[in-house]
Amino acid sequence: MHIGVLALQGDFAEHASMLARLGAQVREVRLPEELDGLDGLVLPGGESTTIGKLATDYGLMEPIRTFGQTKAIYGTCAGAIFLSKDAERKQPLLGIMDITVERNAYGRQVESFDVEVDVPALHGLAAGDPPVRAVFIRAPLIKSVSGDAKALASLPDGRIIAAQQGKLLATAFHPEISGDDRFHRLFLKLAES
Amino acid sequence: MEKQVATFEVKKGLAQMLKGGVIMDVVTAEHARIAENAGAAAVMALERVPADIRAHGGVARMSDPGLIEEIMNTVSIPVMAKVRIGHFVEAQILESLGVDYVDESEVLTPADEANHINKHDFKIPFVCGCRNLGEALRRVGEGAAMIRTKGEAGTGDVVEAVRHARTVLGTVRRLQTMPDEEVMALAKELGAPFELVKETKELGRLPVVNFAAGGIATPADAALMMQLGVDGVFVGSGIFKSGDPARRAEAIVKATTHYNNAKILAEVSRNLGEPMVGRQVTDIPKEDLIAQRGW
Repeated sequence: MHIGVLALQGDFAEHASMLARLGAQVREVRLPEELDGLDGLVLPGGESTTIGKLATDYGLMEPIRTFGQTKAIYGTCAGAIFLSKDAERKQPLLGIMDITVERNAYGRQVESFDVEVDVPALHGLAAGDPPVRAVFIRAPLIKSVSGDAKALASLPDGRIIAAQQGKLLATAFHPEISGDDRFHRLFLKLAES
Repeated sequence: MEKQVATFEVKKGLAQMLKGGVIMDVVTAEHARIAENAGAAAVMALERVPADIRAHGGVARMSDPGLIEEIMNTVSIPVMAKVRIGHFVEAQILESLGVDYVDESEVLTPADEANHINKHDFKIPFVCGCRNLGEALRRVGEGAAMIRTKGEAGTGDVVEAVRHARTVLGTVRRLQTMPDEEVMALAKELGAPFELVKETKELGRLPVVNFAAGGIATPADAALMMQLGVDGVFVGSGIFKSGDPARRAEAIVKATTHYNNAKILAEVSRNLGEPMVGRQVTDIPKEDLIAQRGW
């Protein structure tokens, strides 16, 4: 399977190495023509304003929107913001997922945290279905899901931290840096289908 | 597991999110806005850029908290700020402001000539400078969650940044082909904690994110450092001491992303206006070199 990782800015190398460990052929994507022939695309963590600006300047916005109509896309943190319809401020967004996000919703870096959460959608992917250790870094909150989007996981207080809409997947946290590959395996299944 | 804040993974994690990006020195909220609009991954809030610190002389200290807060309130990207080497009270103050990253920086006048800050004591993550792998791993041992090669700040001369990056990355390469029994001797030679030297050998890279800094003034300089193998770049005086800061900032961001694409590098290097007036490192008396501060 051929998977692209948007490599404009952020932790794209961490995603690439996790996907390669899972057997995917991985390609870094910086220009529109590099999307050709891919089965799925990962939008990494990073700064969503930087990624949005570079995606706009290098003509990637429309090609990624078109890609997402038929192919799988997985966004983590900044990538989830980039997928969203609304981030409550003016910045370039793909707007292809029916989710509303609030940037830096948990506060600044001193408030960044990790926590274990149960994710029913991942059940069956690991023996005993242990909870996912989720690392939140200046993380966004998925404030609401609408239309075809559904929440996949929430914190104990009900705040949504993962969502799915068909082949589009978004997490507010970073499985690529915690070493738990179950979200990436779910994404590869979506890319394959 | 209960929610945990300030784990080393969370501290290191923010630096991972900055990779492939440019961190820009800014001295006003207006600069910070220009940097964010140009695509900066973070800004470094300070009162004077290194070129002015050099020209001005005197003691360089942590910036006014009011200025730092104004910049924090202006941009949505992470804000870093500098403290003097060893000045843990300046760091306590920055932590209380909620700055996203502290740079324990040789660009300011050192407060302690023997000891750096014990960075494990803080919830807030630190970035520190280095000239070689030993210095990098001593800082990581003290709790630094990100490293930058020092270069020579405020010169616009990239030669020291290249020297330091080649030294760090070259030693990592040497380490990878080294038999295990030679690792302790290298740790002794480097003056670095053995466990971290071993970890570096196993990972094939520094255990934390490694940016380049000190003397980067053009898009080509940024791409050069990226091709040498660093994870991203700091640009200090190079942007706001140039003729057209907004344009140059954007060009350096694009060059850092497309560092392997000479066609795009040529495109973004066009018509940038005057670069900062540089100062050759070889013209600076040895005792005035900033990089030698810290150990």
